[in-house]
Amino acid sequence: MSNNSELADISKAVRREVLKMTTAAGSGHPGGSLSSADIVTSLYFSEMKQSAKNPNDPERDKFILSKGHACPLLYAILAELEYFPKEELSNLRKISSMLQGHPDRNKTPGVESSTGSLGQGLSVACGIALGDRLSKRKSRTYCLIGCGESQEGQVWEAAMSAAHYKLDNLCAIVDNNNLQIDGKTSEVMNIEPIADKWKAFGWNVLEIDGHNFNEILNAFKEARACKGKPTVLVAKTVKGKGVSFMENVCGYHGMALTAEELERALEELK
Amino acid sequence: MSEEIATRQSYGEALADLGERNPDVVALDADLSKSTKSAIFAAKFPERFFEMGVAEANMIGTAAGLAISGKIPFASSFAVFCTGRVFDQVRVSIAYNNLNVNICGSHSGLATGADGATHQATEDMAIMRTLPNMSVVCPADSAETKSVVFASAEHKGPVYIRTTRLKTPVLFDSSHKFSFGKGNIVKDGTDVSLAACGIMVSKALDAAELLKKENISARVINMPSIKPLDESIILKAASETQGIVSCEDHSIIGGLGSAIAETLSENNSGRLSRIGLRNVFGESGDPKDLYKKFSMDVNSIYNSAKKLLQDRSGEQ
Repeated sequence: MSNNSELADISKAVRREVLKMTTAAGSGHPGGSLSSADIVTSLYFSEMKQSAKNPNDPERDKFILSKGHACPLLYAILAELEYFPKEELSNLRKISSMLQGHPDRNKTPGVESSTGSLGQGLSVACGIALGDRLSKRKSRTYCLIGCGESQEGQVWEAAMSAAHYKLDNLCAIVDNNNLQIDGKTSEVMNIEPIADKWKAFGWNVLEIDGHNFNEILNAFKEARACKGKPTVLVAKTVKGKGVSFMENVCGYHGMALTAEELERALEELK
Repeated sequence: MSEEIATRQSYGEALADLGERNPDVVALDADLSKSTKSAIFAAKFPERFFEMGVAEANMIGTAAGLAISGKIPFASSFAVFCTGRVFDQVRVSIAYNNLNVNICGSHSGLATGADGATHQATEDMAIMRTLPNMSVVCPADSAETKSVVFASAEHKGPVYIRTTRLKTPVLFDSSHKFSFGKGNIVKDGTDVSLAACGIMVSKALDAAELLKKENISARVINMPSIKPLDESIILKAASETQGIVSCEDHSIIGGLGSAIAETLSENNSGRLSRIGLRNVFGESGDPKDLYKKFSMDVNSIYNSAKKLLQDRSGEQ
């Protein structure tokens, strides 16, 4: 369990790795990796029970990155936790690499499910939560969903079934950065009022600042205490968070920084 | 008249038997459990059965998650709804993950009958066959379906099992064993081979009887494993008889006939003609009438075999 200043340091280091590996790859999705960096760092370094030493422990907590394009973030965190050597990060998206452009369960240690085709992760998370409950395990399952991804109908099929089956061992997080590839989410296809939608589907809804570690950790604690229904954290976030010239810029959704931009970004993330 | 049982019925019964022997087996359905017969399992093991409502995409993803948590899921619906409708969910969440998920599509082919083309799966084997890691199985009768269910639970990787609504003749006794990648000769013959799957195996046997009346000896091969295909039984038939007629209640594009054509072509061997839907959708009607209308009945198989033999004798 890390404290807040440690978490801030880790998430900064993780952001640096995200930018370094995507620039080395010449492509990838840095913007949405940075918007969810504080949330996923909090999960892996404080909230979740998991260990690279025993990655198949049935009692582990599980994390599904439904917005699979943010995998540079997941890879940076898994490397930091020694699921694989950090040197692998420089092979992102390269041929024969264990680090694919989107997560691959069979290639990357620590990846619970292959994702990348949006909208599918919450269903998988529901299945894990159902299976773990059937096996009387204490483990919890977490699932990160993008705001643009929330336009996929399957997300709402899964939302309906998680509430129907009272999956209180399941916690979803919406990375609500209000930007997607073609522009602002509110203009491309408005998902608001997103919190009300989840409430209507029968979930315990917690609205938080997705860059405030106190709020994030308290929300996970509240989620654990909530019985009889699944919890969703609707996290207000900033795309490209942590690098001034990337923040709220749609273009950095799926574009790596140039070498010169990377240098400036790393300077800001010291 | 011999005994008739629908393969969907045997699927449900086998699943319930399997559930008794293996506590990790779970089942899911999308509001069609009474039709797919997963309801038989549900009645016996309510806590291990998950009704997912009319939401097939979520059912497929949930099955994937259950497999990740260590369960052996069997997810069923009508064959149209658990294949084409959810192709990308099957592709990414199940096949790419290479999980031990078994998908059962009931109501395949023209055998579905009066519900019409929207409910008759006639491309399901084709699209499932394209997916890496996925096995595709179409059992011919009750005993074979039961063996398929047990073999699929043991099998590593995803399996698509195709059953039918219509009752079909019992061909095998309970000692019959299904193996992935294996076909079996149900009636030997030397002139022509009829390679069939599912409901078409009994039709091929009837066609062989008609051919026998004209002193034509037809070999009938049951091909329940569409993928992996039993290539050796096909190549042997191609070399030992004048040619093969493939028979499937499915489009001739991408299913058993295509798989056989690929094998023959890559091995520079054999002559083939295909019985199946020829680039058209089905329609409402009694299955018996539909098979006749779409040239997939016993007579059509008989005619196709005769024509193949005539073409061959013309060549010689």
